[in-house]
Amino acid sequence: MDYFIELFFSGLTRGSIYALIALGYTMVYGIIGLINFAHGEIYMIGAFTAYIIASVLSIYGFPALSIIILAGFAAAIWASAYGYTVEKIAYKPLRHAPRLSPLISAIGMSIFLQNYVLLAQTSDFLAFPELIPDFDFMEPYADKVGSTDMVIIVTTIVVMIALTFFIKMTRIGKAMRATSQDRTMARLIGINVDKVISVTFVIGSALAAIGGILIASHIGQINFYIGFIAGIKAFTAAVLGGIGSIPGAVLGGFVLGLTESFATGYVSSDYEDVFAFSLLVLILIFKPSGLLGREEVEKV
Amino acid sequence: MKKSINKTMVSTIMSTLLGLTFAATGVANADTLKLGVAGPHSGDLASYGIPTTKAAKLVVKQINSKGGVNGKQVELVIEDDVCKPEIATNTATKLASEGVKLVIGHICSGATKAALPIYKNAKIIVMSPSATSPGLTQSGDYPNFYRTIASDDAQAAKEVEFAVSLGLKKIAVIHDKGDYGKGLAEFAKKFIEANDKVEVALYEGVTPGAVDYSAVVQKIKRSGADGVIFGGYHPEASKIVTQMRKKRMKTVFISDDGVKDDTFIKVAGKYAEGVYATGPQDNSKNPLSKEAIEAHKKAYNKDPGAFYENAYAATLAILAAVEEAGSTDYDAVTKALHEHETDTPLGKIKFDEKGDAIGVGFAMYQVKDGKYVEVK
Repeated sequence: MDYFIELFFSGLTRGSIYALIALGYTMVYGIIGLINFAHGEIYMIGAFTAYIIASVLSIYGFPALSIIILAGFAAAIWASAYGYTVEKIAYKPLRHAPRLSPLISAIGMSIFLQNYVLLAQTSDFLAFPELIPDFDFMEPYADKVGSTDMVIIVTTIVVMIALTFFIKMTRIGKAMRATSQDRTMARLIGINVDKVISVTFVIGSALAAIGGILIASHIGQINFYIGFIAGIKAFTAAVLGGIGSIPGAVLGGFVLGLTESFATGYVSSDYEDVFAFSLLVLILIFKPSGLLGREEVEKV
Repeated sequence: MKKSINKTMVSTIMSTLLGLTFAATGVANADTLKLGVAGPHSGDLASYGIPTTKAAKLVVKQINSKGGVNGKQVELVIEDDVCKPEIATNTATKLASEGVKLVIGHICSGATKAALPIYKNAKIIVMSPSATSPGLTQSGDYPNFYRTIASDDAQAAKEVEFAVSLGLKKIAVIHDKGDYGKGLAEFAKKFIEANDKVEVALYEGVTPGAVDYSAVVQKIKRSGADGVIFGGYHPEASKIVTQMRKKRMKTVFISDDGVKDDTFIKVAGKYAEGVYATGPQDNSKNPLSKEAIEAHKKAYNKDPGAFYENAYAATLAILAAVEEAGSTDYDAVTKALHEHETDTPLGKIKFDEKGDAIGVGFAMYQVKDGKYVEVK
């Protein structure tokens, strides 16, 4: 039983990591129907920004808590700026182009950002500081679930709930839903569609940056390539949960993480990807729009 | 007029050359010791073979200037095998027909394996500075074969031997599914299974680049392993070690030269402390090694290439064995190689019954205060 619980928590942690990144994919897809392949790179840039800010702050001897908050804010703002710019440069000019064009543009952006960080920073692995301290009250359970794991799981759930409320309750959330349902109609009733799309990219990027910090301090290392691998898994999670749905992204992340964890624990880690992707195929056969996805409505 | 001079000159040169050749063979038959050197000296892989010929030339020059071996001057017979098995058999036949009794080579494992049966039939002793395929010595098929480099499985053997010496009982063997990591892990598994004192508690591959390895870490914990042998590179090793230590596991972590890298210590930080990793032996403090490299720099005005020190050691060892044996008699030289220790750039070496040089290969290092320190 202990073993089951340990695997469960390790699956939840992994799932939360996927979910934090998957939220950005799913939001952008929900609004403009684009798979933003550069999203993984925004996550990576968030982690690099946090790394730089945290290194500078720790030289000046700031306390741990203020470092993580300041680095978090800086990373979120910086990554948002990147997300905003990427959208303006790579996607907006292609708004009315066939669907394939912005997709290719996204892949191009992803490759560009990876190599940009490779050249501007380094190709080496960097040691990411442990920004999240070990909590004393977690010590008795440290062998099962670490403090960082707990913070990641809780953050993911809080972010999901906040995001759901934001979209359901606020004015801009309402505008987002309207834009996602029918862009032309939304424009006709006076919604600034371009602004809504920008806001979506900014929120998605900020979330990715927060994910970047948490994940990097969990695994303790970053390099220019982390966004690609994490991005692929997060994209899988988003599809699994139903792309376009916010609770779906989180659920998809959890399902994927738990599947991998239990496959490793009870079968063999050699087969974790086999199980994860077999599950994806199975779910898509029986529920093509994903676990919580809406049935595809053909837009006219 | 001019033409006739040319003709005369050509014929003079020709006859001189012929004369020299006769003289050379004549002398060779009388009192030189022929040492064959075989390896790729042209083609894509020439850079692996040429340092060996240079090493052999430098050693032979030095030994000849001191009076040779058993009073005979050493003569090199250099043959190119282009690293190709089908050509290596020709090379071997040619060397055998020239009456060579000792060969330094070949360089590539494939070519060595193809040539060995010919040498074996001709009772020629072969010593490779670079062929690492484990079967060459361990199959027992080639009693005439020796090498001055560790075989591919030497790291795994070292890791397992070290784990046993620490008193570990159950070992989890983890790898990164890559050629290098999985290859090492397979050897480690084989060695553990062959040893009564330890058992394999777990054998698993992890996906490189994953965001989290806590599930496999939990599995290691559950398996009750008191040690982990990891085959792979430092990014995965540092993640696994970090997560193990964060889960308060004190399991011993042993890895390979893919982990014996300063980046590992930098990234894993305090969690790297106490981690063991095998790495190539450090010869830089050996005076003979310095001498060998100096000799190369003096003769060729640049740093030596691949396997230079191994080849230098092989030439020294094989000639010393002949000196010890008093002749090139196969049995006597074989006995000397197994029993007589020779000082070489790789340290004092002799050969075990399978033909691997004892003491050549990998050393164990441990992270202490943020640095890899050799474990004695």
